[in-house]
Amino acid sequence: MTLASPSDFQAPQQSSPDQGGPRGLQPEGWLRYLSFSLDHKVIGLQYMVCGFLFYFLGGALAGVIRTELASPISDFVSRETYNEVLTLHGTVMIFLWIVPVVNGAFGNYLIPFYVGARDMAFPRLNAVAFWLIPPAGILLISSYFIKGGAAQSGWTAYPPLSLTTPSLGQVIWIISVLLLGGSSIFGGINFIATILKLRRPGLKMMQLPMYCWAMLGTSILVVLSTPVLAGTLILLSFDIIAHTGFFNPALGGNVVVYQHLFWFYSHPAVYIMVLPAFGLVSEIIPIHARKPLFGYTTMVYSIIAIVVLGLVVWAHHMFTSGTPPWMRLFFTIATSFIAVPTGIKFFNWLATLWQGKIALNSAMLFACAFIVNFVFGGITGVALAQVPFDIHVHDTYFVVGHFHYIVYGGTVFIIFSSVYHWYPKFTGRMLDEHLGRFHFLLTFIGFNLCFAPQHWLGLNGMPRRVAEYDPSFTTLNQVSSVGALLMAVSTLPFLFNVVVSAFRGEVAGDNPWKALTPEWLTSSPPPVENWIGEAPLVTHPYGYGAPADRLDLKMVTAEQIWNDPKP
Amino acid sequence: MPIPSALITLLVGMALVLAGLWVGYNVSMLPIDASSNAPVYDALFKVLFSIGTVLFLGIVGVLIFSLVRFRRRRGDSSDGAAIEGNLPLEIVWTAIPAVVVLFVGIYSYDIYERMGGMTPLNDHGAMHTAQPAGDHHHHGGTHGSKQAILASSSSAPAATADQEPGRVWAGIGTNTGEEQTLTVDVTAMQFAFIFHYPEGNIVSGELHIPADRPVSLNMEARDVIHAFWVPQFRLKQDVIPGQPTLLSFTATRPGTYPIVCAELCGPYHGGMRSSVVVHQPADFDAWLSKNTPPVPATVASSGSTPTA
Repeated sequence: MTLASPSDFQAPQQSSPDQGGPRGLQPEGWLRYLSFSLDHKVIGLQYMVCGFLFYFLGGALAGVIRTELASPISDFVSRETYNEVLTLHGTVMIFLWIVPVVNGAFGNYLIPFYVGARDMAFPRLNAVAFWLIPPAGILLISSYFIKGGAAQSGWTAYPPLSLTTPSLGQVIWIISVLLLGGSSIFGGINFIATILKLRRPGLKMMQLPMYCWAMLGTSILVVLSTPVLAGTLILLSFDIIAHTGFFNPALGGNVVVYQHLFWFYSHPAVYIMVLPAFGLVSEIIPIHARKPLFGYTTMVYSIIAIVVLGLVVWAHHMFTSGTPPWMRLFFTIATSFIAVPTGIKFFNWLATLWQGKIALNSAMLFACAFIVNFVFGGITGVALAQVPFDIHVHDTYFVVGHFHYIVYGGTVFIIFSSVYHWYPKFTGRMLDEHLGRFHFLLTFIGFNLCFAPQHWLGLNGMPRRVAEYDPSFTTLNQVSSVGALLMAVSTLPFLFNVVVSAFRGEVAGDNPWKALTPEWLTSSPPPVENWIGEAPLVTHPYGYGAPADRLDLKMVTAEQIWNDPKP
Repeated sequence: MPIPSALITLLVGMALVLAGLWVGYNVSMLPIDASSNAPVYDALFKVLFSIGTVLFLGIVGVLIFSLVRFRRRRGDSSDGAAIEGNLPLEIVWTAIPAVVVLFVGIYSYDIYERMGGMTPLNDHGAMHTAQPAGDHHHHGGTHGSKQAILASSSSAPAATADQEPGRVWAGIGTNTGEEQTLTVDVTAMQFAFIFHYPEGNIVSGELHIPADRPVSLNMEARDVIHAFWVPQFRLKQDVIPGQPTLLSFTATRPGTYPIVCAELCGPYHGGMRSSVVVHQPADFDAWLSKNTPPVPATVASSGSTPTA
């Protein structure tokens, strides 16, 4: 296959009427990353670095949890502190790490490239969405140091517990989550507008890279469900501050209604964390397997199916609470059927690998381990969807294990895979492969040691969110804690790699993977506004193995498109 | 003569299914079964475990095979085959999971029905042997934890119950109100379960029940949400303030099993544990008569205590 060289798209610099426009006022060099930049690539990397900082914090909190659970008695931190730590761990990891990184960081960096645009549809809204995150995060962390401490009711904040624990920490938690939810909604609106309205002339929806479809689906979920969480938390804050009785049974409130409203957002939130990862892995596998993405059309339909079904499965989190029998049955069926479109995606990724020419580098190792981990988590997920099965293991360590297989083994593995894959584009330099494989090995072993034993613990009687447990569970808990320690250690080669490679890494060139998706058809790192000259029209982003003339990898100007009677 | 690939696929598939069934039926992951519900649950678990093992081994096997067989050889810079899809294949792997999921769904529905999950909760609501909800709290107060009762005397359950006497909001099974059913009122509070036996007016911190006799727990929480879980019974139900819930089951294996609170309920959530003692029927009758308070008059006096 011959590949058009990126220089083909770098037409001689025309004097842009834009020069000295808003972007000219922004700082040069690394200071851009601390500024209110409007460049989608800068904002994407701001999300990324900020997200990783919170990941390390959330990981340290997980370290506290696993240290406490290394012994069956409560001996490391006080029980109140333990509940603060588990609440902060969940909130930080979900709202400040996975959602911002897998949506905000990669979405902002990649979506404009993929649709052939120079930036997001609303650059200022985009910058606002990012800059809501650091203050919200700092606010949340600061609540740990105030009188009474941080929220202690878990990331679910179920009343009446959240009404009776120290109120200031809980209110700060609510404000912080509201800010982060606002950021998420702004981002979602921006992605929908960019994907639908900013596509390069001539680029059709069914020619977009799969990550665009994943982000479109995710953003629809964000925009539909996040406001419900916001409304719910505002009512909860009224109950705390003004002693209203929405969710307070002593004042005639209904605690189960809170759970419905909460999970109406928080189950789709799982897809908000997982669908973008599905999109990213769909970009990574074809490039390193040198094969077209198998079954593009069914991949798109399965995303749509997951979005629709994802909105009607929330009550499977409530099988043991106040749900009547018919509701348990309905949500069992709806949840089970999500396995079908999800299964299609996994079979298609396997079919993409089949007969490929697979380079098993760090990016691919993490992507393939994602398949292993997620299939495991998906199988336990289908089991959990069955009411009779769930009644035994609900709110136990089985669920903790399942959830981390989905969100860590699934999404976080894909975040690492994506960093190895796109780092050359971000910085112009390659990451070290040996360190990358070492990082992978430690992470994969540590992760499975940490979370696999938790399934057995849950089945045999260990509830979740406890600081002390039956001494007969000690050994497996210690295995789990050793796994957590390995995961903590695994971040060291990764950190060393990303920092040192930024200065000393092998120079990557514009397109080190010989990829066809548009972000590789420009320089590394790309210029402001992405391409010098016209954006390339990529109609076959997965055209590996095809003769070059089928790829349309030639410059097509907007004028030609508009003048063509049959676009 | 080369072996046709269809035959290899068939043989590998059969080996996979056998391996899955062997794992599902021989690897024990569950604690002992001590209720009539538990063996039913364990049968479902074995089926799910078998199907899951087949799927997991199959998918991971294909993945590892591909990574080895289709690895990029040194010096090869060409692309793989330009295969963009295969509709019949996609129909097959849409249909197979759909059928599997449908089977699992129908089977687990059957299991759920055998557990009594689909029985309407409030068929006999009005015939409850229990007193109006809220009343049993006072028994608890008389004999056990006066402090806790005083602390939360403002709870609303009484109001709820006044509107819909005996309404059960959720749970498993139904209290048929039959003679042989042992009814126990369960009150959950930070950080204990209190068990009250209307028959005999006993208050206990441990649940004592006879084997092979239906038991119905009428549960309500005093402060925050708790959950009543006995792993050996494979049963769990949230205990909710303001919304009475119900758990019906029959214990089968005498012994002592843990009762675990499974819903985060505060700092001592991990310590909120109790025990259920399953007696031989004769032993239970002995326990009952031994612990029945001699003067039932205390009930009346406590019942007349004005509610807040």
